[in-house]
Amino acid sequence: MTREFVGMFFIMLGIMFDFFGVLGLVRLPDIYNRLQAATKCVTFGSIGVLFGVFIIQGFNNFGFKALLGIVFIFLTSPVAAHAIARAAHRSGVKLTPGSVVDQYQDDRELKE
Amino acid sequence: MTLQTRSRIFVFVFSFFIWVALTSIKDGQEVVAGLIVAFIVSSLAGEFLITSEKKQHVVRRYCSALKYFIKFLWEMTKANLHVAFIVIHPYLPIRPGIVKIKTRLTKDSALTVLTNSITLTPGTLTVDINPEKNEIYVHCIEVLSSDIKENTRTIGGKFEKLLTEVFE
Repeated sequence: MTREFVGMFFIMLGIMFDFFGVLGLVRLPDIYNRLQAATKCVTFGSIGVLFGVFIIQGFNNFGFKALLGIVFIFLTSPVAAHAIARAAHRSGVKLTPGSVVDQYQDDRELKE
Repeated sequence: MTLQTRSRIFVFVFSFFIWVALTSIKDGQEVVAGLIVAFIVSSLAGEFLITSEKKQHVVRRYCSALKYFIKFLWEMTKANLHVAFIVIHPYLPIRPGIVKIKTRLTKDSALTVLTNSITLTPGTLTVDINPEKNEIYVHCIEVLSSDIKENTRTIGGKFEKLLTEVFE
């Protein structure tokens, strides 16, 4: 009973953060800021959902799959974000006009 | 025993353990299949996991890893609350920009963990890395200063010390 309650709490927390991530995708101005929202909130949200499933299921093979999913999300989601951000910058996607500084662009101009 | 064989044996045991945990084993067939798969995996990609001798003792390294993990979870929770706050704020209080930070870590595994942690912690996202000069380009949602030293301290500094202990 308590276990189900705690698991449901984690699943609800996860869905809440997923919602914030999606809201960020809609509201923030450019691709880099959107990636910030997408990686952080969606990672945390999905991990919350999977952890809730693990708590409800316990240490059987179903719960273990959820744990393994957490590990893979931890490993892959930042890498995907990095790849998207790098590709966007290299193909010339500009930062939003309100941006303060872009040292990456400065360094690349120096090199060329 | 050479380092490569040790790494292969470790990968073999590790992948077999994961197989056992994933399939709730009912008969010998699954054990044999798992052994075969674990052998293929360890002979193809086993040598990449352990690549150098470590200076620190293994217990101390695992203690640092645990400490790092707890710190990382705390930072990540803070990051999520921060982004959630920005997203639901009516005026979107952001000052975005890409800054450059320096790092003292040199090994690939340590750098990967560091950049992944930077991506998952408050307001920062790794864009690119320059391995020759040990520089990381980080996109910040709220740029506090454009000084390299200052940014190195605030963005990478909190993880770097623990990571040196884990990976050296």
